[in-house]
Amino acid sequence: MSKQTKEKDTKSPDVVNGIKKPSSPNADLKFDFKSFWNYSDAPESSDFVEIREEYGHFIDGKFVKPVKGRTMASINPATGETLTQFAEGTSEDIDKAVKAARKAYNKTWSKCSGRERGKYIYRLARMIQERSRELAITETLDGGKPIRESRDVDVPLAAAYFFYYAGWADKLQYAIPGKKPEPLGVCGQIIPWNFPLLMLAWKIAPALAAGNTVVLKPAETTPLTALKFAEICRDAGLPEGVVNIVTGAGPTGAALVDHPDVNKIAFTGSTEVGKIIQKSLAGSDKRYTLELGGKGANIIFEDAPLDQAVEGIVNAIFFNQGHVCCAGSRLLVQEGVAEKLIQKLKDRMETLIVGDPMDKNSDIGAINSKAQHDKILNYLEIGVKEGATMYQSRCELPENGYFCKPTLFTDVSQSHRIVQEEIFGPVLTIQTFRTPDEAIEKANNSQYGLAGGIWTDKGSKIFKMGSKMRSGVVWANTYNKFDPTSPFGGYKESGLGREGGLQGLYGYLKN
Amino acid sequence: MKTVSIPDFSRTIPIDKVGVEERVKKLNTRSIKKESKIQALKLALSMIDHTTLEGKDSPGKVIQLCSKAKKPYAPIPDLPSVAAVCVYPNMVSVAKKALKGSTVKVASVATAFPSGMTQLQVKLDETRFAVDQGADEIDMVISRGEFLRGNYPFIFDEIASIKEACGDSHLKVILETGELETLENVRKASDIAMHAGADFIKTSTGKVSPAATQPVTLVMLEAIRDFYLETGQMVGMKPAGGIRKAKEALQYLVLVKETLGAAWLTPDLFRFGASSLTNDLLMQIVKQQTGVYQSIHYFSND
Amino acid sequence: MTDRLEILKTYKTYVGGAFPRSESERTYQVTNQKSVHIANACRCTRKDVRNAVVAARSAFDGWSGRSAYNRGQVLYRIAEMLEGRKDQFVKELESSGVSIKQASREVETSIDRLIYYAGWTDKISQVFGTVNPVASSHFNFSLPEPTGVVGVISSDDTPLLSIVSLIAPVIASGNTLVLLASETNPLPAISFGEVLHASDVPGGVVNILSGYRDEMVNALTEHMDVNAILNSVSNENLRKQVDENGAISVKRVSHIFVTNWFDNEQLEQPYLILDFMETKTTWHPVGV
Repeated sequence: MSKQTKEKDTKSPDVVNGIKKPSSPNADLKFDFKSFWNYSDAPESSDFVEIREEYGHFIDGKFVKPVKGRTMASINPATGETLTQFAEGTSEDIDKAVKAARKAYNKTWSKCSGRERGKYIYRLARMIQERSRELAITETLDGGKPIRESRDVDVPLAAAYFFYYAGWADKLQYAIPGKKPEPLGVCGQIIPWNFPLLMLAWKIAPALAAGNTVVLKPAETTPLTALKFAEICRDAGLPEGVVNIVTGAGPTGAALVDHPDVNKIAFTGSTEVGKIIQKSLAGSDKRYTLELGGKGANIIFEDAPLDQAVEGIVNAIFFNQGHVCCAGSRLLVQEGVAEKLIQKLKDRMETLIVGDPMDKNSDIGAINSKAQHDKILNYLEIGVKEGATMYQSRCELPENGYFCKPTLFTDVSQSHRIVQEEIFGPVLTIQTFRTPDEAIEKANNSQYGLAGGIWTDKGSKIFKMGSKMRSGVVWANTYNKFDPTSPFGGYKESGLGREGGLQGLYGYLKN
Repeated sequence: MKTVSIPDFSRTIPIDKVGVEERVKKLNTRSIKKESKIQALKLALSMIDHTTLEGKDSPGKVIQLCSKAKKPYAPIPDLPSVAAVCVYPNMVSVAKKALKGSTVKVASVATAFPSGMTQLQVKLDETRFAVDQGADEIDMVISRGEFLRGNYPFIFDEIASIKEACGDSHLKVILETGELETLENVRKASDIAMHAGADFIKTSTGKVSPAATQPVTLVMLEAIRDFYLETGQMVGMKPAGGIRKAKEALQYLVLVKETLGAAWLTPDLFRFGASSLTNDLLMQIVKQQTGVYQSIHYFSND
Repeated sequence: MTDRLEILKTYKTYVGGAFPRSESERTYQVTNQKSVHIANACRCTRKDVRNAVVAARSAFDGWSGRSAYNRGQVLYRIAEMLEGRKDQFVKELESSGVSIKQASREVETSIDRLIYYAGWTDKISQVFGTVNPVASSHFNFSLPEPTGVVGVISSDDTPLLSIVSLIAPVIASGNTLVLLASETNPLPAISFGEVLHASDVPGGVVNILSGYRDEMVNALTEHMDVNAILNSVSNENLRKQVDENGAISVKRVSHIFVTNWFDNEQLEQPYLILDFMETKTTWHPVGV
């Protein structure tokens, strides 16, 4: 069986930043969640899901071999097994895809009425629903996220985004008052590995609704659902070349960004890469929207509904293994309730089931890749070295694959790297505050501004704190909620532009 | 045991209903299969307060109920008995006699069940009567009218008095959550009942709709958890009314497991107030053993 | 009229609600179209840019915290003040060589453009804010909020109308800004600072520097505390430089290339305000 990670015995100062820390509730948990009636294995069956041994790019309505013939492997991070070989896109492949998209834009898609465009997008939405279980299983196998999340969140939401934007296609004149809606042309879209199908939906649905054609590059660790979506485009009879999928890694994305005949780049990923893209677009007429990193503050006031706040904290940082750009990775708790809240949180963490992502009871699945796993473990080390106190749930981890225990750090200060930098894993830092001003000061003291949480029973406090928070999303008494009608995107270095909702159309229409 | 000061019940503990419902919905996706399912079905069976609370109840019906309680399903002899039968006070002696020699407890409703609309003295007399008749457990109702007008000391004192009248019998306090409406009220009533000496807190009489719901139960379990952290005392929980299907019963057990843990997964600390649930659990148990879906016509209806 | 020696104005900068000289104490000559000296203008440096950004940042909370109604009144007040000093600006523009007719038209259009944007302050969030019907039990709304500190690079054409057209949409929503005035004729911009100063615009909301663009543009567009850039100089190299500098901290970079600053269709639209606003979406559960 798995080995328990030894907990580091680090003594930490009682006073940080001149503030006396609440006596850290120790690890003696008051409840026994293990000794009786444990859930039997409940593996989702993947029998009926067909994953081909090899996938080409999807260009001009057909799967085609890569020009240079190179392929890459997609690995199941929960087992380390290879799932498939997929094409590694080069600038030649990108060029073919962009040409196909341009041809489709000129010949078919721009001639298609809004009504008919909408009907195609509705078809895509329906077909995602029809193949929902298959897509969920594929997502989990490819990316390591728990099946309950891909089944209950990723795939239904992906379909919902297509449904929502389908209806916009023939109503665009109402989205931009005083202007005539005109599409941009060919959109290059680059998406990350944390929500592969959902991010595809966020990108493709509004682009098509606005009348653009697309070339999309999925992440190199999670290309499979995009390739299944390519099959859906083909089966739905979407005109050839309207959606093109080119797989590959960073260089493939760079080729797409640099292609002269692309009118717009939409990117979701790290701030680091976002800056590179923004720089390489300098001086060009290409439009761009960027959805980048974050270090969300989740502020808990002493008048908050505490039990729901604990759930909110869990959703904020442990959802999708913490691979969430808007994760609430910095917890700020009012001093008076810190001890109580942290105790509750620790008890709650014991009930989180970490394990086989295909098991229907797993709450936390596998870390997406070895590289990400190494990065997270490195941050745990940094945290301990910086003098923070680490606490992990006592769960057992599977022997194979990349897994990480839910982790808390207390005794941290604003200057610590684990407080400043995006870890992108199930790692929460906990700080306390005494006054609302102190909370907002800490919350905004970040290069990022994607999302944040506020927990209090007092309505007027929510509005005040919410308006002072410099972030694109404010979740009050909830966290990590998404909806196709609701715009999403960051302030500061968390990106520019919005995705979702009416505002999500702006990035795909001429201004 | 720590000395516990009685909190100021006029202060409200904030609860967000949407958050509670989301948590319940998520817990409902737990997949209970194979061995864990059999184990849970039997556990649920052992936690039932097999109940009849009708004006037309007769000694004959109560005797039938008791025999079902002792031996729920003869073809599978190693099944557990249910935890208790729950009847009106004037049926306690009948039940007591019928259950003699078994582990099944007799629970009696009291205190002008289901409305509670009478004087304290009458409630005390009724409680003592039921205890005298042999009731091991008393299921009392709180005075919702007084609660809703903010007279919390009245509720506290009434429960404390009934508890005293119970003597050695266990006291379950019915909050009638369907009439309290808000989860904050449920939480407050739970706290009052526990501080006043309840051995169990119970959702409903079964005479008011809605009866037991999972969000209400979760809030009460969380109240029990906080009370335990504060006082070290373990209070039991009984959702009652409206739980008819084995699948729901398992969902309730998941709430208990993931809120309070293994220590509460026992008839001593968790009960279902139900009547038709027993047969659905039995049908599921037989289905698990035979692999064949069952019909209610093969299970005795009492 | 007897011979009387005219008092000439010393043109300074406008930073933080005051009129300091450049910290370099250097000036350069501003000449008219016939290369005749009109005045000396401050030749600002990187340090002046730095000071101006600090002023803009410290004014941001207060200005963005004003009610939209109040910001509208302040913008209207600017128009009133400009109307009152119309003759001064006509004369100043005239001195650079434009006809009196053209100068009058420029000042009048500037006034009207301020009025246009004054009216938007309390409407922009009504027109572009949304209540979003999410599928879960949550109330969800999105409102545009100001981006922060904006660096503005103004063009050399119609030096008053161009800066008014750049400043008004940026500050209408609550942003603060640092403006690099026209290099060839910064004088109307500096004088416009006096109008702002007399118009209830809090110090630091608008900061105006003059000098050589090349000497200031990097400091402004690289500055980590500048959230956005609005460039109106149509120059390929400058554009690329501004874009690249913007990428250092994911700045919102917007270029507006104008051939005719009198064109209301291009220059009077809410989308110019929206370019420097961020949509914030707030969720809250709905339940009892």
